[in-house]
Amino acid sequence: MDFFNDLVTNPGITKAMLPAFLETLQMTGISGFFTVLVGLPLGILLLNTAKGGLTPIPWLNFVLSSIITNITRSIPFAILMLSLIPFATLLVGVSLGPVAASVSLTIGTIPFFARLVESALRDVSTGKIDAALVMGSTKMQVTRKVLVPEALPGIIAATTTTIVTLIGYSAMAGLVGGGGLGRLAYNYGFQRYDGTVMIVTIVIMVILVQLVQILGDWFARLVDHR
Amino acid sequence: MNGSSPPRLRRNRSTVIEYSVPLFFLIAKDTPPLITVTDLRKVYQQGERTVVALDGVSLHVDAGRIHGIIGHSGAGKSTLVRCLTLLDRPTSGSVAVNNKELANVSDADLRTARRRIGMVFQHANLMDSRTTAQNVAFPLELIGTPKARIAEKVTALLELVGLTQFADAYPAQLSGGQRQRVGIARALSSDPDVLLCDEPTSALDPKTTDEILALIKSVRDRLNLTVLIITHEMNVVKQACDSVSLLEAGRIVEHGDIETVVANPTGRLSQALLPMPGKLPADLPAGVVLDLLYSGNQAADPVISSIARTFDVDVNVIAGSVEQLGEHQFAHLRIALPEGADITAITNHLLANGVAVTPKEAK
Repeated sequence: MDFFNDLVTNPGITKAMLPAFLETLQMTGISGFFTVLVGLPLGILLLNTAKGGLTPIPWLNFVLSSIITNITRSIPFAILMLSLIPFATLLVGVSLGPVAASVSLTIGTIPFFARLVESALRDVSTGKIDAALVMGSTKMQVTRKVLVPEALPGIIAATTTTIVTLIGYSAMAGLVGGGGLGRLAYNYGFQRYDGTVMIVTIVIMVILVQLVQILGDWFARLVDHR
Repeated sequence: MNGSSPPRLRRNRSTVIEYSVPLFFLIAKDTPPLITVTDLRKVYQQGERTVVALDGVSLHVDAGRIHGIIGHSGAGKSTLVRCLTLLDRPTSGSVAVNNKELANVSDADLRTARRRIGMVFQHANLMDSRTTAQNVAFPLELIGTPKARIAEKVTALLELVGLTQFADAYPAQLSGGQRQRVGIARALSSDPDVLLCDEPTSALDPKTTDEILALIKSVRDRLNLTVLIITHEMNVVKQACDSVSLLEAGRIVEHGDIETVVANPTGRLSQALLPMPGKLPADLPAGVVLDLLYSGNQAADPVISSIARTFDVDVNVIAGSVEQLGEHQFAHLRIALPEGADITAITNHLLANGVAVTPKEAK
């Protein structure tokens, strides 16, 4: 009975849980939005500038692929985030809180998402691209009217995976001053040995991830006519 | 798009009437060639190795005809298609449609030029995210055609290919033959002069193949198009083509109207179109064996019985094929004559009747 009593009386749940949850949503939302905004064009560029792509530009592809994407992805996220604190301060004026954490989250997730987009686009058969070119499409038209619409189910799946990853990363961001459910679990669950808060946080995270995945799968099926 | 017959029909009728005239008879062109390919070469560099995929291909296809290019895999068919549509730039040579050069133009001109060629692909290559109607509308969207005009045109095209009731279906819901019909409608939506078909029936079953070839022919007649079909199936050439080129190792090794190539008994295309077994039956009685090749109404004429009657010999047909090719019927028969028959007189009789005679070795 203690556990259930604790659920409705523990200030870590009754007072701190909702704001923390909203902060997590805020971090995931902001960084998810900007990740897609930048990562989608970057994924398209990665594919189109590659050898055998629509507009092969070897040097640009080298810079985007080898330098930016691979180097960023090879730095562990926790370290990347700490090292980006000065940049976040410069960009949004604060070094702590969910908005500052969103900057690092976005920068850390863009390369990951761009690679997923690139691979989704790569699955569009060359026959469709050839057909569009033979019908007189410009390269822009091929990208907008063929590559992206045909790869949309894959791009939505990539977005779902990215948001799930972001929810996880946002918890990690909580540890280094980002706030959200991650910090709540750390402060109450770890530092105060408050098992109830820890369990509730985990349950909320699991439900959140399940919801995102179900929603993403449903939406991907909706646009998938293959 | 009027209903008048293309010029080739007139020409064929004249050959039907004068069927005793050798089929090699050259006919002056009464229409300018619509597709002209001149000395097309494509050389790839594969590491250290230099691969000559096309080694000086020249051909022309007259307006309103269906021309087949046949070849085994590796003969250079795919490279030829990619060079004709300028998906790959040829190393040298020229490709012209309606006397308008395609091979050496800027990218912007190339896109305009490509719209003169409607292309049908082996696997249709439809966009899975678009419905039938949206797929057919694709080439029109590219050039910013107004929505109302697109709707009219798509309706007309779907009616032409018989898919009106599938306008809102996605490609995944269609059969292979229906997808290919959508592909044909899409290829026609930009009002091309030329329909270029790359293995259009190779992924289809025989019945659907017949339907698609019939559709291509009817589309040619109704829209006055010139059609180029690249294929490895001799059956496609038999059913649909007016003229044919044999592509081998990047070269055109035989070329001509179906009637012309079939009538050449030593030609490879003739042997492929009207095949004859290579070996003679082992239990054949002693005598002389002749291969006869003739065309036109003769196929219905009693050539065999006329030999039997005139020369009073027993004629034994031991192999043969009779085919309707284009407007004509062709027969390729192997006959055995008994020992003592007057072979010279019989041969002369046959030659005088326009039958090509090839003696096989006597038994």
